[in-house]
Amino acid sequence: MEALWFAIASVMVALYVVLDGFDFGAGILHLFVAREDRERRQVLSAIGPYWDGNEVWLLAAGGVLFLAFPKVLASGLSGFYLAIFLLLWVLLLRGIGIEFRSHVADRMWRGFWDATFALASLLAPVLLGAALGNLVRGVPLDEEGWFGLSLFDSFSPFGALGILDWYTVLAGVFALVAITHHGALFLVWKTDGPVQARSRTAAARLFPLVVGLWIAASAATLSVAPLLLEGLRARPLAWISSALFLAGLATSFLARRAGRDLAAFLGSCAFLLGLLAATAAALYPTMIRAVPDAARSLTALNSAASPEALEKGLYWWPIGFVLALGYAALLFRLHRGKAQAAPEGEGY
Amino acid sequence: MTDPLFWHRLQFGFTATFHYIFPQLTMGLAALIVVFKALALRTGGEGWTLAARFWTRVFGISFAVGVVTGIPMEFQFGTNWAVFSSRTGGVIGQTLAMEGLFAFFLESSFLALLVFGERRLGPRRHFLAALALFFGSWLSGYFIIATDAFMQHPVGHSSAADGSLQIASLLEYVFNPWALVQYLHNQMGALVTGAFAVAAVGAFWTLRGEHAAAARASLRVGVVAGFIGSALVAFPSGHMQGRMVADHQPIALAAMEGRFESGTHAPLSFIGQPDVANRRLDNPIRLPGILSEIAYGDFSANVRGLEEFPESDWPTNIELLYYSFHVMAGLGTLFIALMALALGMLWLGRLERTRVLLWALALAFPFPFIANTAGWLTAELGRQPWLVYGILRTSEGGSPTVHGGATLFTTLGFAGLYFVLGILFLALVSAEVRRGPAAAQGGH
Repeated sequence: MEALWFAIASVMVALYVVLDGFDFGAGILHLFVAREDRERRQVLSAIGPYWDGNEVWLLAAGGVLFLAFPKVLASGLSGFYLAIFLLLWVLLLRGIGIEFRSHVADRMWRGFWDATFALASLLAPVLLGAALGNLVRGVPLDEEGWFGLSLFDSFSPFGALGILDWYTVLAGVFALVAITHHGALFLVWKTDGPVQARSRTAAARLFPLVVGLWIAASAATLSVAPLLLEGLRARPLAWISSALFLAGLATSFLARRAGRDLAAFLGSCAFLLGLLAATAAALYPTMIRAVPDAARSLTALNSAASPEALEKGLYWWPIGFVLALGYAALLFRLHRGKAQAAPEGEGY
Repeated sequence: MTDPLFWHRLQFGFTATFHYIFPQLTMGLAALIVVFKALALRTGGEGWTLAARFWTRVFGISFAVGVVTGIPMEFQFGTNWAVFSSRTGGVIGQTLAMEGLFAFFLESSFLALLVFGERRLGPRRHFLAALALFFGSWLSGYFIIATDAFMQHPVGHSSAADGSLQIASLLEYVFNPWALVQYLHNQMGALVTGAFAVAAVGAFWTLRGEHAAAARASLRVGVVAGFIGSALVAFPSGHMQGRMVADHQPIALAAMEGRFESGTHAPLSFIGQPDVANRRLDNPIRLPGILSEIAYGDFSANVRGLEEFPESDWPTNIELLYYSFHVMAGLGTLFIALMALALGMLWLGRLERTRVLLWALALAFPFPFIANTAGWLTAELGRQPWLVYGILRTSEGGSPTVHGGATLFTTLGFAGLYFVLGILFLALVSAEVRRGPAAAQGGH
């Protein structure tokens, strides 16, 4: 039962990254790939119907942690206190940027919100990537299972720990580049004209960076968290996930070159999903890894709510999950085809 | 001031209060947009269609602010109230997770379709989008109320050996009697906020002689819904809420009324200032027997005063609790009077010519926000000094590793962001009101 809820939480986080990831990527890129107002609104109409629903996956994943692993939620959120608030503020500004910009037809107003949207979209994946980096590196849990990290300290994963050190920043930068590449492929799929052409160029330029940083981040992970490799080796699910992300990475490259835009975007989805799934499978059952005393780690087994709570959650969770996927499918169907800038006042 | 608990409480209170400005408006508007669109579908009247379009636009702006200010709330349970979260997650995690899956996905998926999809969907399917938003936002409200109801009146749980609370009966927990009453009370409060806003804009346009059809539609729906909502907030829901507090939180009732001594024929004080140190209410103006009636349905019943309870169980801010309750109840009474008068004039066909009343309606829209806020302050200050009533004290629930300096830092950050957000919201909505419903069709 604990393993099932661990898998559910992992799937929801991974869906969040894949779905909101393309919003972030589009947000980061739109200043460059969309230069005039009509093009900017084309980008916004490509993500407009989805972004809010995508963000809900983060909330829903948080809800699942609350339900199934309350101690993990409490310890993680309070321990990463400042980073969590930075993320919350960044998400707030991102949402306002999207929703408010087109309400006033004024160049300065729109320019300001476009820049806010881009900056917020850029910071969010860095913070999320660094958060994942922290979980892999480990945090100094006390005997009660609590910790508190300042935003930065010695900047080394081997010295006095802070949320940001060279390893977690590397994880953040890798996340940023992978998400930007992901967003570029989304825009290649959902737009046409100059925006699509520029997004295609951006994806082509970002791809080598994704590969390079992925290698660098993986090598760094081996030195910071050698245990992860053992987990990877021991778990068949981790092998399958690794195969998935490698195939996804290759597809995102080959299909883009072949002009098969949807396949390229789906390849990027598989890359992100597989990477997160492999990490989760290798880490299981650890949810918050304790350093230096690994015995203090919060795991799916020692931090779960009661078996009754886990069982009762299963009565309704599948229904909600299917509904959520159904809404997303309905939205993609209703908005199928290339996104066009909406007439003034009738869209983002 | 080095006590982090003070800052945790201040921050949560501030962010929750600011956040709830928007959901109360959007829950109210969602219901009224459904009404406008249903009337438009049935009668084909231009006014209903224009009003539906205009209010959908206002809804979109308000909803966006509600979403972005709501997300932090979900995480603040963990960041600032870590002990509370880890000890109660086995229970309240159920409703918080349900809210995400059943309500947020529904709302967020159909929001853009409601706000921008009229042409794409056609009138009937667009009506369904409005219905989805109404259903989703009211469902979201229920899950939050059920969570709060557990903190007010914990049911359906068991205590584990490690001191945590775990769910025992999902049905008992989700259908907590406290939640059912509070939900009715709260939703009617939201309807009042929405109805007063709609009536205010209708009155404003009528006074200026602008947008006649949409003004008329807004005025009619706003006044009728405003009257229904204000009446239901007081009776039966407010009355039932009072009974429930008397039964389960007699200390809170005593503090709400500034009642230090016990006695029969307990009066209701209209006004007066509680002097907690000297245990008395200064300058009271009282109606004898009414508090006994509200609490126990009997004008002569004994209502216990604070003296009967240990001071360690008294609410921690009796003064603010007292004023919150009185502001809420006083405003609620005025709302009924104003809307009854407006409804009478509407019935007689004279509302649109009675300029004094139109002025009153146009200026009244901020007060339901105040009344709703005061109501929530009453509920949550009355719950003190507990997080989960009788089980977990507020002083035990904060995050053990977060110090006051960090919480003050994030509180100041929220203060700045929300100040700017509030100004932007007012500016955008005022611009919509000045532009009127015509622009809402997307003129270009």
